[in-house]
Amino acid sequence: MIVEGLGGWLSKVGNFSLTLLIVTTYGLLMGAFIERIIAKVQGRIGIPYRQPFINILKNFFKRTAISHGVMFYLGPVFRIAGGIGTLAFVPVIYGDEMFSNFSMAGDLFLVIYFMFFGQLGMALGAGESGHPYSAIGIARGLSQMTAYEIPFALAVISIVIQYDTLSITQIVAAQQGGWQNWTVVTNWVATLAAMLAFLGMMGYSPFDIFLAPQEIPIGPPTEFHSAYLGLMQLNRALFGATKLVLFMNLFFGGATGWVELMIKTFLIYMVAIVIGVAFPRFRVDQGIRFFFKIPTLIGIMSIIYVQMVLTS
Amino acid sequence: MFKKTLNTEDTLKNSGLTDEEQQLFSNARPQAYEPYPIKAVEDFANWARANSLWILAFGTGCGAIELRPLMTARFDANRFGVAGRPTPRQSSVFVIGGYASVKTLKRIIRSYEQMQGPKFVIALGICPVNGGMYFDSYNTVNQFDQYLPVDLYITGCMPRPEVLVAGIMELQKKIKAGECNGANLYVENFDWYKSNQKKVIKNWDMPDYNW
Repeated sequence: MIVEGLGGWLSKVGNFSLTLLIVTTYGLLMGAFIERIIAKVQGRIGIPYRQPFINILKNFFKRTAISHGVMFYLGPVFRIAGGIGTLAFVPVIYGDEMFSNFSMAGDLFLVIYFMFFGQLGMALGAGESGHPYSAIGIARGLSQMTAYEIPFALAVISIVIQYDTLSITQIVAAQQGGWQNWTVVTNWVATLAAMLAFLGMMGYSPFDIFLAPQEIPIGPPTEFHSAYLGLMQLNRALFGATKLVLFMNLFFGGATGWVELMIKTFLIYMVAIVIGVAFPRFRVDQGIRFFFKIPTLIGIMSIIYVQMVLTS
Repeated sequence: MFKKTLNTEDTLKNSGLTDEEQQLFSNARPQAYEPYPIKAVEDFANWARANSLWILAFGTGCGAIELRPLMTARFDANRFGVAGRPTPRQSSVFVIGGYASVKTLKRIIRSYEQMQGPKFVIALGICPVNGGMYFDSYNTVNQFDQYLPVDLYITGCMPRPEVLVAGIMELQKKIKAGECNGANLYVENFDWYKSNQKKVIKNWDMPDYNW
C-alpha cells in the first residue's frame, strides 16, 4: 500500500520533470521566435533559434561571480522556485494524466500565491545588491504588480463564481465542447479585465517601466551576473510559458494536445507583443492609474455580470 | 565570497581611500582562473562564450558612434549573438571606442574590473595603438595596453561598422581557439598595470581593485 503510494508519487515527480523540461524549452524557443518576428518587422534577420540556450550556457560558464550576501544568492533561487511552483500546480494538457502535474482542488489559489512568491524573492535579492537602480526597479515593479493584481484577482473571482470551483482542471473541463463554451465567450468581461492585467504581467510596452534598459540600466537584475543571471533567464522562459498556459486554461478552453497548446499560447503571447511594439512606455504613475481605473472597473463589472446574467 | 581579507602581505593597500571608506571596500586581490581540466568541456564553454558576446554599452570615445549601427537593419550584429548590455556585471566585451582620455580611463578601469571573467577588450581605431591624431595631447593615453590588456585591435580612423563586425568575428575565432585570456593576464601582471594606471590618474580616490 505504502510502496504503491510512493511509486505513484515518484512517477508523478518524473512526469512533472518531463513537463518542466518541455515547457522551459518551449518558452526559450518561443522567446527566440518572437525576437525573430520583431527583427523581421525592423528589417533584420535576428538572433538564431539557439541563442537563448547559448546565453544561459555562457552565463553558467562564467569563471567569476561576486556575491553581495546570502539573500543575493537566494533571490534567483526564490525566483525560479516561484516559476517551478507555479507550473507544478497548473495542469498543462487537459485529460492527460501524465501532464496534469500536481493539479488538485483549490490549486488556483496556490498558483496565484506562487506567482507572487518569485517576485518577492527577487525583490529581497536585488535589494541586498545595494545598487540604487535595483531599488528603483523594485519599487516600480512591485507597485505595478500590486496594480495589475487587482483586475486579475477580480477576473479570477468572477470565473470562480461562474464555474463554482477553485480547481483549474474543473474550470478547463467546464469549457470543453467547442469554442462557444470558452470563458472568452461566456464571460468576456472577466477575460477582458484579465487580458489587460496580462499586459502588465508580461512586462512589454507600455508596462515595461520596471526594466527600462535606457534609464535604470535594467532595473532589478542590474547587479545579477554569471549563474545568478542564468537562473533568472531560465525562469523568465519557464515562468512566461507557465503564465501563458494558465491564461489558456482559465480563459481559452485549455488544450488537449501539445500542438493545440502551442498555437493557443503563441496567439495569447502575440497580444502582448502586438500591443508592445505599437505603444510607447507608460511612466509608473500613469501605468498604476491605468490599472486602477479601467481594468479594475471592468473587473468589478465582470463580477456583477456573473451574478446578474450567468448565475441567475 | 570575496570578503575583506586580513591585512597580510597579499592584500591591496587601498591607499586612495579614507579610513572610513576602507571599511566599505574589499581589499582582496583578484585571482587568475585556470581553464576546465577536461579539454572538451573548455572547448564547449569557449564555443558558448564566443557565440554570446554581450557588449558593454559604454561609449568611451568618438568610436562609440560606430557601435550604434551594429544593431540596425544594415549590420544586424544580433545574428552573431552580439547584444548590448547596460551593466558591466553582465557584459563580456568592452569596446574601447577610439582615444581614451585620462578622465575616461578611470571610468574604463572601474567598469572593466566590475565585469565578470572571462572578459574581452576590443580596441577600436588607431588611437589606442599609438595615440593617433592625439599622440601629443596632454590628456589622452597613447598606448592603451599599458593600462588594460587588449585582446583585439581594429585600426583605422574611424573603422566603419563593417570592420567592427569583421573584428567581432575574428574575436569569436580567437575565443574558440582559447587564445583570449586578457582577464588572467591582468591578474598576473596586476602590479605593473596598477602602477601604470596610477602614474596617469592623479586623483586616485577608488579602491585598488573594484570588485
